[in-house]
Amino acid sequence: MSERGAFSVTRIPGFGLIAITTFVLLYLPIVILVIFSFNEGLSQSVWEGFSLRWYEAAFANRQVRDVSIRSLWLAGVAAGLATVLATLAVLGTTRVGRFRGQTMIYALINQPLMVPEIVTGIALLIFVASIKVQTGYTGMGYLVAAHTAFCIPFAYLPIRARLETLDPALEMAAADLYASPVQAFRHITLPLMVPGILAGFMLGFVISLDTVVITEFVKSAGQDTLPTYMLGQLRRTITPEMNAIATLFLLLSLVIVTAFFLITRTRGR
Amino acid sequence: MGGNGWKWLLCAPALVVLVLAASGPLVIVAIYSFLSPGNMGGVTWEFSTEAWFRVFFRRDIFEPDLVTWNTANLAIFWRSVWLSIQTTVICAVLGFPTAWFIATRSPRSRPFWLFLITIPFWTNLLIRTFAIQEMIRNNGTINTVLLWSGLIEQPLQMLFTDFAILLGMAYVFLPLMVLPLYAAMDKMNLSLIEAGYDLYGSRGAVLWHIILPLVKPGFIAGSILVFIPAIGAYVTPRVLGGGQSLMLGNLIALQFGQGRNWPLGSALAMLMLIVVVVALVIYLRTVGRSDGERRV
Repeated sequence: MSERGAFSVTRIPGFGLIAITTFVLLYLPIVILVIFSFNEGLSQSVWEGFSLRWYEAAFANRQVRDVSIRSLWLAGVAAGLATVLATLAVLGTTRVGRFRGQTMIYALINQPLMVPEIVTGIALLIFVASIKVQTGYTGMGYLVAAHTAFCIPFAYLPIRARLETLDPALEMAAADLYASPVQAFRHITLPLMVPGILAGFMLGFVISLDTVVITEFVKSAGQDTLPTYMLGQLRRTITPEMNAIATLFLLLSLVIVTAFFLITRTRGR
Repeated sequence: MGGNGWKWLLCAPALVVLVLAASGPLVIVAIYSFLSPGNMGGVTWEFSTEAWFRVFFRRDIFEPDLVTWNTANLAIFWRSVWLSIQTTVICAVLGFPTAWFIATRSPRSRPFWLFLITIPFWTNLLIRTFAIQEMIRNNGTINTVLLWSGLIEQPLQMLFTDFAILLGMAYVFLPLMVLPLYAAMDKMNLSLIEAGYDLYGSRGAVLWHIILPLVKPGFIAGSILVFIPAIGAYVTPRVLGGGQSLMLGNLIALQFGQGRNWPLGSALAMLMLIVVVVALVIYLRTVGRSDGERRV
């Protein structure tokens, strides 16, 4: 109680120190991982000089290239589909007043957020196994469906948030100017929803890239994605090549997340 | 304004995908937990409660009437719950000061600190777990530094222990605690804290009697957001925990791999789902109650 002059109601002794320590601890492992991707030697903890050899090794590794392309393709397709489906669902549930069954629709849309991935994973494993026996189809369709369902709630949230902030007066003005409901939607509502739709797509894309457990249980032979490939490799002796792959992967996520932040921040203005 | 048919029509495509690839399969799991295991995985369509029985009990091989608790399964179940509770507590202890720190920055710099918390949240969970593995392995960063400084002579065995799982889970789930805590603090009325000090409350008294009750909804939300993925963890214990330190998620996966007992795996998955639902119900009830308090 001695610090009369500098007394601040929001200051709690020690909290600043714990907070800064937490931030450091949060980033330290990632920073070290990135640093050692540039290591000359084989070690991931003793620095032996700068080199790009592990990046060269990663790019030359055919399997890494294959799984990366598959991951990006899957994320693009699943996030794209999820965004379209989520946009339609947002239009059906937002600014329309309450209706019977709305709670059930919300529960279904949010369900992938609540259920642990491992439970969804084995549930899909069982389901997919029986479809495979019946139809003989073993393509990427299962992974696309599983990832799309998982991405829908993540795409839904920013799109809905965007539509909720739109002023209905804009559409009324369009109607006053003799625009048909379709024209008003096409030329007013939809363009204004674009930032939300873009944000929803990016969120879905990142989520699909991040999904490992569901993929692990749904994939057929030869359908490894980058995360399931890494999961398999982590049990073996690993070289800084894994650090290089992880660093590139991190960079991609960072770019998307930054873009997402910029898009959703300009929304408020 | 006509019927509600068009609303359903717009939602239908999303709902079809969700029912087919998310909710529907859960029903199949519930059914499978009451069937008999097939020879090479899969099931035979005979009703049986054996899988649920085996979740909790085991029969003696020589005397089938001799029934004892299935201590192996129960130990893993208990370990999962206990590790998840510990993870939640660690996240709360570190997350509260961190969220407070962010909430008390100037409005201009707050988005930056929030962004710093959000980045790890959106970066790949597997990569973050890999980063922790790099830190704590026997020839990893921590051991290298400790050996070099002469503090230890032998590397510390941290990887493949419960400690490793705990560290990994607290690391990956921390942002899930900080964000709802921050949201609660952001809405807080600072004049209540000022009033506390004006009435000669000590820092401890103000923290305990004013700040903590105000951010309680954030604590509850954060605890649920951390506890649910922790109890469902599969990747973190698989990468950091090694064979001896299983959690419920790994036990479930085992029944669909080497274990080849799909009904048992389904019953265990249902058990996990029940724990999650119970946690959610507790959450909704406490949130409902604290909403009531605020209205009074």
